[in-house]
Amino acid sequence: MSAVTAADAGILACHACGLVHQPSGAAHDLACARCGARLHFRKPDSLARTWALLIASYVLIVPANLLPVMETGSLFGSEKDTILSGIIFLWTSGSWPLAVIVFIASIAVPFSKLLALTYLLVSVQRRSTFAPRERTRLYRVLEIVGRWSMIDIYVAAILTALVQFGGLMSIKAGPGAIAFGAVVVLTMFAAEAFDPRLIWDQKEAKHG
Amino acid sequence: MRTPPLIACHECDLLQREVALAPGATARCPRCAAVLYRNTPDGLDRTLAYTLGAAALFVVANSFPIVGLDAQGIRSSTTLWGTVQALRHDDMTSVAALVFITTILMPAVNIGALLYMLLPLKLGRVPRGLPAVFRLVDAVRPWGMVEVFMLGTLVALTKLAALASVVLGIALWSFAALMFLVAAAAASFDSRALWARVEALR
Repeated sequence: MSAVTAADAGILACHACGLVHQPSGAAHDLACARCGARLHFRKPDSLARTWALLIASYVLIVPANLLPVMETGSLFGSEKDTILSGIIFLWTSGSWPLAVIVFIASIAVPFSKLLALTYLLVSVQRRSTFAPRERTRLYRVLEIVGRWSMIDIYVAAILTALVQFGGLMSIKAGPGAIAFGAVVVLTMFAAEAFDPRLIWDQKEAKHG
Repeated sequence: MRTPPLIACHECDLLQREVALAPGATARCPRCAAVLYRNTPDGLDRTLAYTLGAAALFVVANSFPIVGLDAQGIRSSTTLWGTVQALRHDDMTSVAALVFITTILMPAVNIGALLYMLLPLKLGRVPRGLPAVFRLVDAVRPWGMVEVFMLGTLVALTKLAALASVVLGIALWSFAALMFLVAAAAASFDSRALWARVEALR
């Protein structure tokens, strides 16, 4: 199959509105004629930026899971909940469907997103030609599911606002929530920085 | 007939010619299966209608309490802004900012920018600064998380149901409906139709 990519033909497509441009010569700092977005053949420094954001996420996912995301103070002392202990509470209190949802959103999704992005980066850097269609689909999925990890942040926010009964009982968000929120935001930026077209560039090994 | 315009797949960069689509059909990239474009009948009108509905619901969702608690006579309730304030009060400024941006600011910008583009276009004129507003919509879309907030509220309510009786507020129902309208507006938004309309008006 001799597929011609736009980059092969010297054509740039606007990432915002899709209009294609054929710049004459080696022009820099081009802007889309229709919507004004900056034009690039590939997202600039895609691999380096994605790695940087990804490594930061690997670092932060540790405190995100070890530090409490919620602190409950009541007459009977205080109790600190990490993400995992919150899930266990949901499970043992009988609402196992929610426990499953929160487990997927808060633990399965962030960890598998980190691993999947790492795999995509390594495979692109090793110029892999393995299953590009499937790898593109993997990218598409991880771009969509990342946002759902925010559930725990919203749970902490609502509980903090509602459960303020003075000395009787009060809930506040813990430091784990800061780290966890940072992981969600960083991995979203990381997915956005990665350019799936790099997966396909290896076919011809021209743009490496 | 002139040759159909070239397009490049935004995910694998395959260069291809546009094909005319039947109403409701979707064009996918033959190489990587990414969705290239859709032919949504009356796409712009639909997006405008959904967005107008979303704007009204957004106001209601932010003006009234989402949920309330009743624990042996002690009551408390919170609006969305109230949750942001509570987090800030507990020195969780970054988390408060995250909640504010993803549930209030970004949905508001999204709804406002869509109305700014689509209302004048419907009335037959091109609004000023349309290209910049178009790019703004493109940039803010991933950061509006109304549907995730809805699920978070559900989980929080389940946890609370054990210790107090929960009172569902008007804003909760507004949020549930807002979630669907925002999704419908995003799904029906046809940027190709938008630019075709702009061309026609110029």
